[in-house]
Formats: sequence, structure tokens, C-alpha cells
Amino acid sequence: MKRSVLEQLQAARDAVLPTVLITDLANGAQALIVKGEVVAGDLVPDTALKAAADDCLRLDKSRTVDGYFLQIFNPPLRLIVVGAVHIAQALVPMATLAGYAVTVIDPRGAWASEARFPGVNVIQDWPEEVMIAQKPDRRTAIVALTHDPKLDDPALAVALKSDAFYIGALGSKKTAVARAERLKQGGSDPEAIAAIDGPIGLNIGAVSPAEIAVSILAKMTLALRGPKGG
Amino acid sequence: MSDPIDPLTQAKEWQDRGLKVALATVVETWGSSPRPAGSQLVVNEDAGFEGSVSGGCIEGAVVTEALDIMDSGVPKLMEFGVSDAMAWEVGLACGGTVRVFVEKLEA
Repeated sequence: MKRSVLEQLQAARDAVLPTVLITDLANGAQALIVKGEVVAGDLVPDTALKAAADDCLRLDKSRTVDGYFLQIFNPPLRLIVVGAVHIAQALVPMATLAGYAVTVIDPRGAWASEARFPGVNVIQDWPEEVMIAQKPDRRTAIVALTHDPKLDDPALAVALKSDAFYIGALGSKKTAVARAERLKQGGSDPEAIAAIDGPIGLNIGAVSPAEIAVSILAKMTLALRGPKGG
Repeated sequence: MSDPIDPLTQAKEWQDRGLKVALATVVETWGSSPRPAGSQLVVNEDAGFEGSVSGGCIEGAVVTEALDIMDSGVPKLMEFGVSDAMAWEVGLACGGTVRVFVEKLEA
């Protein structure tokens, strides 16, 4: 790889642009494609190769086609956590390790403190406004953990209108039913409401905050990747 | 806590410091290989490395090859799998096959 290709690649990733690096496995020649245009490299891809690169981006999968490796750099995964609660303290570092850029939202200063979340992007403000500003996309997961309808519901109402690949909300079955009714009254789409994961997480019998965080991250992974085989 | 280091960011930083660098990328997998296509390992001339191309079973062999390639500048496609005698030595125990492209980071 040439230094110029690496620099352009890192710039495209920093700008969160859909990017594909094509490498000729026979000689190492490369072409860097950003938003459909070749921006660097010594390889000139034909129409078929460009189309294959587009497919890879859409499927979020790097692969080898006819001796060329198509490596995709999709925008990063994001996790928005509503509620700077005990479970969030466990979930944030786990999700960070799994590759998510994490944002925590909580208007309550005592919860959203630097001491409780050192080095984490914590926004101390009302969830609804922050959620709108965050513009969740199809690479975003949203988890509502406050257990307080005043905070969770407005955040979920915004989440339900987005392309987020996972929306989860803490609470028992009874809480989930009551919440679904409130969201419906508020005008959210019933089909979208039904897709909220609640009770939250994969049922692994989690008890402690850290175990619940594992179950949430497991369910997020399942929503992102789908089950293997079968 | 900070994010795990991105291998390409690490590669650039090493080159900035004047170190020779090679990149290893998983380009194809069959069966139950532990890291998907696109996974990267970067290596510097002091055999320091960051990232991964397997669960740890072939990294040693890839790093050794990377040290040669950062000198020669000639890229190489390496294959590891159960059908490969090397696999027993380097131990791709998961039973999968993986192809790794190793190239020099040029100036």
C-alpha cells in the first residue's frame, strides 16, 4: 500500500464516508473508491469491479472477487445509551471493545458525572433533543435504560422514526406493555413499537448489571449480524 | 476507557516515526475461521504488531513473513488451512482455511 492511499483512506474514514479499497492480489496494485469515485491508487477498476464494490458496501462485507480483494470501510457502529445508570457503566466499556462509538445521554447531573463515566462521551441534556441531533442511522443501536417514562419514552419516540438496527428498552413484560401503549398514544408506528426489544437483551438469566450488559450486547450483535448457519 | 488501537492508524504512526511497516489482511476464508475478511494485522521492523488475522494461531507465521516483505517490497498471498502441512505447525486448530495478503506500507 502506498502512503498516499493510506492517507486518503484515513481521511475518508474520519469523514465517515462509505469507502472501498480494491487490491489486485497478484501484484498489490490498489484503487481507493470513496462515494463511488476513485480518489487514489494505481489501479483502474472497470465497471464490473466498481459494481461489485458497491455490493460489498451494501452487504457490509469485504470479499475477494476474481483475484481482487474488495475491503469495505463502512461508517462506524454507534451506540446511544439513554440513562447513565449502573448497567450503562458496564455496557459502555463492553460496547467500546466491540467497536461501537458510544454516547450516553442523561439530564440528571448526579448520574451523568465524569466520575461515574471517565472518558466517555456523556451528554447531560434531555434525551429527545440529543436524539434528534444525533441522527441515528442504520449503523446505530439505541438502548433506553432509565426506567423512567419521562426520559425513556421521548428518546424511544425519536428512535422509532430512525433506521437504527436495534432499539432496546429496560423493564419487565408488564412495563413493556404499558410503554407500548403510551408510545402508541403518542403517535409512534405500532409495527416499529412491536420491534422494540423488551424485556431487554438475550435471555441468558442475567442478574448483575454486568451480566445484563452482556445480554444486551449479545442481542445487539444478533440484530446486526443475524444468527450463524441454518 | 480508550478504543482498541486501529491497525491502520498504528501503521501510519509507525511510518511517521521512520519504522518499516507491513500490512497483513484476511482476504478470503472458508469454514470456521475466527476473523472475517478485512481483518488486519500491522507489523513494524521490530516485530511489534497490532490487530489480528486469526484467533492468535497464525500471527507468528504472518509476522515472520511480514518482516521479509517490508524489506523486499514484494507482496505475498499466504494460505493457511487443514489441508496445508504448515497448518499443523502453526496450528490453525479451528479447522478453517484462511488467505492472508501481506504487503509493505510504501513511502
